Amino acid sequence: MSEGLYSMEAKDYDKTLDLKKIKPYGDTMNDGKVQLSFTLPVPQGDEAIEAAKQLILKMGFSNPLVVYSKELTQGFTFFNCYGSCSHTVDYTSIHVPKVETNVMDMYECDAYIKEHIGRKIVVVGASTGTDAHTVGIDAIMNMKGYAGHYGIERYEMFEALNMGSQIPNEEFIAKAIEMKADALLVSQTVTQKDVHIKNMVNLVELLEAEGLRDKVILVCGGPRISHELAKELGYDAGFGMNTYADDVASYIAQELDARLNGK
Amino acid sequence: MESKVGLDFQKVEQAKRVAYNIANEVQNFAEQYTTVAVERTICRLLGVDGVDENGVPLPNVLIDQIKEKGVLGEGIIYFMGNAMLVTGKMPQEIAEDVSENLLDITQLPLHTTQEAEQAVMPVINASIERIRTRRARRERYLNTIGEGPKPYLYVIVATGNIYEDVVQAQAAARQGADIIAVIRTTGQSLLDYVPYGATTEGFGGTFATQENFRIMRTALDEVGEEVGRYIRLCNYCSGLCMPEIAAMGALEGLDVMLNDALYGILFRDINMKRTLIDQYFSRVINGFAGVIINTGEDNYLTTADAYEAAHTVLASDLINEQLALMAGLPEEQMGLGHAFEMDPMLENGFLYELAQAQMTREIFPKATLKYMPPTKFMTGNIFRGHIQDALFNIVGIWTHQGIQLLGMPTEAIHTPFMSDRYLSIENAKYIFNNMKSIGDEVEFKDNGIVKQRAQKVLDDALALLSTLEKEGLFNALEKGMFADVKRPQNGGKGLDGVTLKQAHYSNPFIGLMKGKR
Repeated sequence: MSEGLYSMEAKDYDKTLDLKKIKPYGDTMNDGKVQLSFTLPVPQGDEAIEAAKQLILKMGFSNPLVVYSKELTQGFTFFNCYGSCSHTVDYTSIHVPKVETNVMDMYECDAYIKEHIGRKIVVVGASTGTDAHTVGIDAIMNMKGYAGHYGIERYEMFEALNMGSQIPNEEFIAKAIEMKADALLVSQTVTQKDVHIKNMVNLVELLEAEGLRDKVILVCGGPRISHELAKELGYDAGFGMNTYADDVASYIAQELDARLNGK
Repeated sequence: MESKVGLDFQKVEQAKRVAYNIANEVQNFAEQYTTVAVERTICRLLGVDGVDENGVPLPNVLIDQIKEKGVLGEGIIYFMGNAMLVTGKMPQEIAEDVSENLLDITQLPLHTTQEAEQAVMPVINASIERIRTRRARRERYLNTIGEGPKPYLYVIVATGNIYEDVVQAQAAARQGADIIAVIRTTGQSLLDYVPYGATTEGFGGTFATQENFRIMRTALDEVGEEVGRYIRLCNYCSGLCMPEIAAMGALEGLDVMLNDALYGILFRDINMKRTLIDQYFSRVINGFAGVIINTGEDNYLTTADAYEAAHTVLASDLINEQLALMAGLPEEQMGLGHAFEMDPMLENGFLYELAQAQMTREIFPKATLKYMPPTKFMTGNIFRGHIQDALFNIVGIWTHQGIQLLGMPTEAIHTPFMSDRYLSIENAKYIFNNMKSIGDEVEFKDNGIVKQRAQKVLDDALALLSTLEKEGLFNALEKGMFADVKRPQNGGKGLDGVTLKQAHYSNPFIGLMKGKR
């Protein structure tokens, strides 16, 4: 197949881990190995493979290897490739803003709220704007939860309303006022052409206009959301992939405690 | 037929009887009413097309006029036939006059219902003929170049730009796809009108317009002739314009339509009365046009748990079957929906999925069942996702599904790349060929996991149907018996477009199309 498989080439690079200069790991420290797949708008052939190799070199890889190519339809060729990344990253200097809370399970969280808040926390959630997908908000809020993490509806110390999908921001805010919500959860799943950003910013503006922004804990979540993005858009916290109801509930409980009890 | 999973067919018959009673109550309700969408559909079938200077479709202009005058319940056939008699013009010219404020069709001297209907009859007959010709065209293709074997490979295109969709669709057909679905732009189901003309901008999909239908049909015929296989076109006959889209599809030669009121009620919050009335006419049209409908039960499992709520899918399929039969839609055109959506970490989950799919196959032996791939537990791990899709494909070929909606390894990440579609088609074709006859070779153990599971799901569905029969479908939806979603009877979108039929009401299309071909 490829010369990479049984390469007898001497590995003449430093094989010790240096966190100031990390690069991808295939099977040897600092080999830099990366697998890539992409399609080029050209017919299959030697020229296509050469084009793919040149492109991989320009991406910052050495030893470009095209292991598979296939013309998907006339004039479009798909490639599976490998290369060794020549760039490094200083891991020691990285700082990622994230939600700093102690994540508790449902029982710990309920106990925490009883002790520190002394009443139920009211949460209203929705997939807002044109987004018709409820999978995110359901995973966080619905009784059953997701992947073994119970949803917020199941918590004894939360009063939770999941409004579902395609909820206009105005309607969302009206419900928040009606229920005297402590926290608002906004889910954005399908996010073509950054429509979610506009919609999320619009919610913040509407809340500010109503004088409500400081009175609620405003949280967003979805596959394209990070805490950093959330802060940038004027939210209190953001939850991305692989976060569950526990993360959200723990954050809300501790944040509300901090706000009410001046911690 | 002997059941491979030990089903008691007397229980199946009993379940179908109960489902009939549930559907019949809905049908009796629906037949007393009409909606703005039903009347706009009649306009479209009468050849009314185009938009006014503000971009409002002419069918909306006409129906808004009779609705504002409070006479929607008399029906557009009466006013249109009458206007034709008085003005001597054709429906399109009449619609244009109304849009330019030159004519108020409710203020003309009135003829009798019969006279009005007679006046419009030649236009109705021409429309019926046009749809019949469209259908014959599909059948001619099927008899000459033929089609791919079942399960049909179904893939989506969703670029937002119809011309880009054409490139993707033709590529998919060359790779082996049998059905191309053009995903609609986010939110179109909630528009109470159908946009006009070719479109190049959409979010997460492309507007369903008659011109877009025409462009894609032409492209698929072209590639179908090239690959020697008829390529079916699928769109979404759901939402507030359900029957209008059915009419557009019938006129432009679409082959498959998502067509399920229950889906709209539960997942788009469309008013249940509105959409069940709309669904009846849309299914009459789809039946006549030879269109395979797809129902959306698979979606229940994205909110409810697939293992625990499996019987709700079967119960809903049984009701949808009866509602479709009442609209004259043949069983072969029923793409009843179900899905491979159990948590992949569930022990023996594959066996439960297999049981469910084989059970569904046997309960609806003639239906072109629509089998949906895993979506809920696709995590972004594209490598595991590709294997989940492979297991799904194994169940598809094993249990002889009708339409295999191919899963994409990049589900939940982005709308499919050209290469994602290629990998998925390759996956399915490999498994369908490599395991072609497994369903005929392998039998299930008596009292084993598969048989016990299938029997239990049928028992549970029967129990649920009996409860639904007592409650009635409308009350059941209010109580959240499907998908864990509750919908009030008078809530949701579109109720203000519903009205009781009045004395002059007629819709000759129903009689001419229902159960006919």
